[in-house]
Amino acid sequence: MGWWGVPLAIAAGTLRGSAPFLFVSLGECLTEKSGKINLGLEGTLLTGAMSAYAISYLTNSPWLGVLVAGCAGMLLGIIHAWLCQQPKVNDVAVGIAMIIFGSGIAFFFGKPFIQPIAPQLPAIALGGWSSSPQIQSALKICPLFLIGVAIAPLMQWFFASTRWGLYIRAVGDAPEAAKAMGISTSRVRWLCIVAGSFLAGIGGAYLSLYYPGSWTERISSGQGLMAVALVIFARWQPMQCLYAALLFGGAQAIGPALQSVGIDSYYYLFNASPYILTLLIMILTCSPKRTLTGAPGALGKS
Amino acid sequence: MPNTYTWRGKLEAVCIPLAAILFSLLLFGVFCAAVGANPIAVYGAIYQAAFGRWQSFQNALIRAAPLMLSSLCTALPARLGLVIIGNEGAIVVGGLGAVAIALALSTNVPPLGSQVAMAVAGIVCGGVWIGIVGALRHYRGVNETISSLLMNYIAIALLNHLVGGPMRDPSSLNKPSSYPIPDVNMLGDLPGTRIHFGLIYGLIACAIAYFLIQRTTFGMAARIAGGNVRAAKLAGLPVGKLTLAICFLAGSCAGLAGMVEVAAVHGRANESLNANYGYSSILVAFIARNNPLAAILVAILLGGILTSGGILQRRLELPDATILVFQGIVFLVVLFSESLYGKLGVFQEKFDGNDRIGLVGSTASDRSGNVAG
Repeated sequence: MGWWGVPLAIAAGTLRGSAPFLFVSLGECLTEKSGKINLGLEGTLLTGAMSAYAISYLTNSPWLGVLVAGCAGMLLGIIHAWLCQQPKVNDVAVGIAMIIFGSGIAFFFGKPFIQPIAPQLPAIALGGWSSSPQIQSALKICPLFLIGVAIAPLMQWFFASTRWGLYIRAVGDAPEAAKAMGISTSRVRWLCIVAGSFLAGIGGAYLSLYYPGSWTERISSGQGLMAVALVIFARWQPMQCLYAALLFGGAQAIGPALQSVGIDSYYYLFNASPYILTLLIMILTCSPKRTLTGAPGALGKS
Repeated sequence: MPNTYTWRGKLEAVCIPLAAILFSLLLFGVFCAAVGANPIAVYGAIYQAAFGRWQSFQNALIRAAPLMLSSLCTALPARLGLVIIGNEGAIVVGGLGAVAIALALSTNVPPLGSQVAMAVAGIVCGGVWIGIVGALRHYRGVNETISSLLMNYIAIALLNHLVGGPMRDPSSLNKPSSYPIPDVNMLGDLPGTRIHFGLIYGLIACAIAYFLIQRTTFGMAARIAGGNVRAAKLAGLPVGKLTLAICFLAGSCAGLAGMVEVAAVHGRANESLNANYGYSSILVAFIARNNPLAAILVAILLGGILTSGGILQRRLELPDATILVFQGIVFLVVLFSESLYGKLGVFQEKFDGNDRIGLVGSTASDRSGNVAG
C-alpha cells in the first residue's frame, strides 16, 4: 500500500485509540457542567484500567471487568466529590492529589497483573466488504467504542431537554439561583462527579482490555489530563467531545503510522503530538479578556 | 490565608500540618493492615531506611536536595495564585540543558567553569520552560495548571527524542542515555559525607525564595497580586511582569534541580531524570503551605520516605508503589486539613466583649483564602 498506508493507519488508529479520550472527556464534561473540575481522572483512568484487567483475568469475563472498572472509578469519584466540596479546599489541588493516589492504588494492586494475559473485549468486524486485509483490520471496532459514541448524543439531549439536565446546568452556571430553586447543589455535584468518574473508569477498561490491550504502568500517559483540555476545546458540549476525541485519537496515531512506513527518527516527538495539539488549541481558543463561551459560570470559583 | 501574625495563628500553622501527617500515617497503617502487612513493621522499615542511621539519613538528604529545589516551582507561583505543576518538565529540561552545555564544553574549561555553565544552563532552560507557562497564562489566558502538565509530557518526549537520537551514547544499550559528563566536572560531595553539593544549592535557593517573598517589595507585590489581581492592577502593579518573573524563578529552581540530578547523581541524561521528583515536590509545596523554609523540612521528611521504597520491597515484599499510595494519602489528608483553618477554637484569638471584630476578620480571611486557593 506504500504511502496510502499512512492515512489508513491514522484512520484505523483513530477508531481504535479515541475511545478512552471519549469516555474520559464525557465524564469530565458531566463533572464540569456541575461547576467542579476533576483533574484526577488520570488516576481514575489508571485504576479503571488495572481493575478491569485484574477482574477480566480472574473471572475470564471482560465485560464484568468493564463494570468493575466503572465502579472502581466511582469509588475514587466519591473521595473527590467529598473532598472538593469541603470549605476552602481547591478542586484543582484535590485533582492533583487524586492523580497521585489513584495511580498509587493502581500500581500497588496492579503489580501482580503485569505479566498474566487477560481475556480481551471482542471486536465487531465491519470490514467484510473489503478484500484488503488492512481495511478489514482497521474496521474492527470494539462495541465499547460504539457505546461511547452513543452516549455523546444522549448526554447532549440530557443536558438540553431533561429536568435533571437543567438542574445540572443551573448548579454549574448559577449555584445561588439553583439553591433558590430548591436544588441541593452539593447533591447534584456529588452525582455528577461520581457518574463522571464511572465513565472515566470505563475509559480505563478500554485501555487495558482492548487497545493497547495490556496492563502496564505507562498505559494512560496523560490521557486523563488531556480530557480537561479537550472539554475546554469542545466548549462543554458532549457532541463536540466526540469530535474532539476523534481528533485526539488521530493525533495519537500519527507517530506509529509514520513508523510503519519507516519514518522513525522523530518517533517520540510525533508521539507528543496530542499534547502539543492540546496546547496549541488552548493557546488559540483561550483569551485573557473574556471567559470562554459555553463555560459553566461557577467553574473554578470557590 | 489564616492569620499568621498572632502566636495562636502561628501555632495553628504548625499544628494542623503536623496533625495531618500523623493522621495520614494512621490511615496508611490501616491501608497496610488491610492488604495484610504489619503496620508497625512498615513504620519501622520506613524509619530505619530514612532516619535510622547516619548512612541512611544521608540518602534522605540526597533525595531532599532536588525536592527542595523543585518544590519552589509550585510554591513561588502559588503566592501569585497560580497552581503550576510543571515541575517534572522543568527538571527534565534543566537537566537536558546542563548535559548539553557540559558535553559542548567537555574538558576545555576548568571544572568550576563547567559547573557554573551547567548550573546557568539548567536555570535558564527550566526558567524559560515555566516562563512559557506564565506567558501563556498572562497573554492568552491559558489555564496554567493544564498547560504546565502538558509541558511535562512534551519535555519527556523531548528527553526521549534527544537521548534516543542526537545525544545518544551508542554504548548505552538497554537504557538509552546521552554521552556522560566528564568525571572531573561532576559536582563533588560535602567533605566527610556522600551528600553532594546540590543540598547546599537547595538550602540557599529556599532561603533566597523566603527572603524574596516575605522581605522584599517584589514579594509583597506578588502576594498582593495573588490576593486580588484587580486590586493589584488598580494599584498600578505590573501584574504581567510579576507573573513572568515569578514563573521564570520557579522554573529556574526546578531546572537547577535537574542540573543537580545529572551533574551529581546520574552523570548523564536518561529516563532516570523523570523519576517522579516532580510529583513528590508538588506534595512538598502543598504540605509546606508554600512556605520555602518549611519546604526544607518537608523535603527532608519526604526524601526519607522516598528512600524507603526499596526496603519495603525487599523486607516486607510490598510493591514499590506503596510509597506512592502513602504520598497520595498524605496529600488528600493535607488538603482536607485546609478546611480546618479558622475552625478550631483553640487557635482563635479571643476578643473580649466584641466578637464582631473576630467575625469580620474571619470572613475576610475566608474570602482571601478562596481567591488565593
